[in-house]
Amino acid sequence: MKPLEQITWQEIELGGLLREPGSARAYRTGDWRSQHPVWTKSRCIRCGVCWTVCPEPAIVEEPGGYFDMDPNYCKGCGTCARECVTGCITMVPEEE
Amino acid sequence: MSAKAASTKRVGLEVSIAVSHAVALARAEAIAAYPITPQTHIVEHLSSMVANGELEAEFVNVESEHSAISACIGMSATGARTYTATSSQGLALMHEILFIASAMRFPIVMTVANRALSGPLSIWNDHSDIMAARDIGWIQLFVENGQEAFDHTIMAFKIAENPEVLLPTIVNLDGFILSHVVEALTLLDQDTVDRFLPPYVPRHQLDPKHPVTMGAFAMPEIYTEVKMNHQVTLTNSYAVILKVWEEWGRLTGRHYQPVERYRTEDAKVLILIMGSLSEVAEIAVDEMRAAGMPVGLLTLRLWRPFPFEALREAVDGAELLIVCDRALSPGGPGGPVMSEVRSALYPLPQRPQILGYIVGLGGRDVPPEAFKDIVAQALKEVEQGPSREFTLYGVRG
Repeated sequence: MKPLEQITWQEIELGGLLREPGSARAYRTGDWRSQHPVWTKSRCIRCGVCWTVCPEPAIVEEPGGYFDMDPNYCKGCGTCARECVTGCITMVPEEE
Repeated sequence: MSAKAASTKRVGLEVSIAVSHAVALARAEAIAAYPITPQTHIVEHLSSMVANGELEAEFVNVESEHSAISACIGMSATGARTYTATSSQGLALMHEILFIASAMRFPIVMTVANRALSGPLSIWNDHSDIMAARDIGWIQLFVENGQEAFDHTIMAFKIAENPEVLLPTIVNLDGFILSHVVEALTLLDQDTVDRFLPPYVPRHQLDPKHPVTMGAFAMPEIYTEVKMNHQVTLTNSYAVILKVWEEWGRLTGRHYQPVERYRTEDAKVLILIMGSLSEVAEIAVDEMRAAGMPVGLLTLRLWRPFPFEALREAVDGAELLIVCDRALSPGGPGGPVMSEVRSALYPLPQRPQILGYIVGLGGRDVPPEAFKDIVAQALKEVEQGPSREFTLYGVRG
């Protein structure tokens, strides 16, 4: 798919039609995040509540059963940190 | 009378019924509508034609106009020739979906029986409903009598469905003044209409074998390009509209122009109006001409795309242009037609003085004398210098 910022008005598909699936995947909602979750593994019980409550879902299970965010799609909403059973997730501001 | 029995002889018909025959003759395949005065007779009659087996179409009864236009989008997306009709509050209730229908490029045809918007509640005619929907991105035109309503309803399908156009189209007809009047008019037979209007061949449609995403989200990086594409398509539809009208002219002998002229030769004063009041204004123009006044009439038929060049040519030589609007833009420059006409003529090195008069709001009667009076008032304004932005004609107090 041609990058959006290179498409001219003449190239717009009839009625804004998308003929290929996956356009939502190409839109990286993580780009406008202002904070992100950080897991303290020593306190994580690997229960998966964070994975369950993530609205995106942008939390991925890693080998060993621990969790981390998918930086491409995590919006930094903080739901995981709030719902974490042991309080092992901290929201850390994005660096400038 | 069924659509199949329609012939080329003149018949007396209520205009709403004539419009429903036009839709049947166009072989509309999908109709979704909600009844609202004064549009009701059109869809009521279509509904009975479908129920009686005279028209092979899906008629979807819905609970609101918001649903009516939404259903029309869905049905048009399947590739069906789709029709609806509404008026006033119904058009307002459709509002957000109207933009989507045009952006998705579905050639839905809609009749709007123009009626004042509430409040106060009014069921009578003016153009405030469609003026509030000016920027929906549809082709929009106005008719002045029942014959034109019949003709333009059929032509609207051909224009809308042209592969270079694929835009929804509104035929505006004045509520009650046209919708409920019985007029002598000429219908066409089914064969003639079939030859004129072949079946709709969609360029994009829902098909399980070829799945697509319709109505997708657009990022800031692409929204402007989508809008430009729509703008250019709507502007370019002008050439197709003229071609279809020309073909109709050859077929029926009834010729239509984006800006109709009546006795404009050597006219120093021009009245400009849209819709059925132009026939009333013609009477006034005849009387003023008989009295030796160089007065002519312009009727703006095509509202979107706006006929800039045709209008500029039509006002050539006039010294005063009196634009009669059927709607008020509260707190604004007056009437929407006047402000657009003034914008369109502004670049001309020599242009007539333009004065705006707003007439016939909420069904207020506008007899021929009113146009004569408006011309007299306007000439006085020219002499003394306009004292206001516009005139709300006939208001008491």
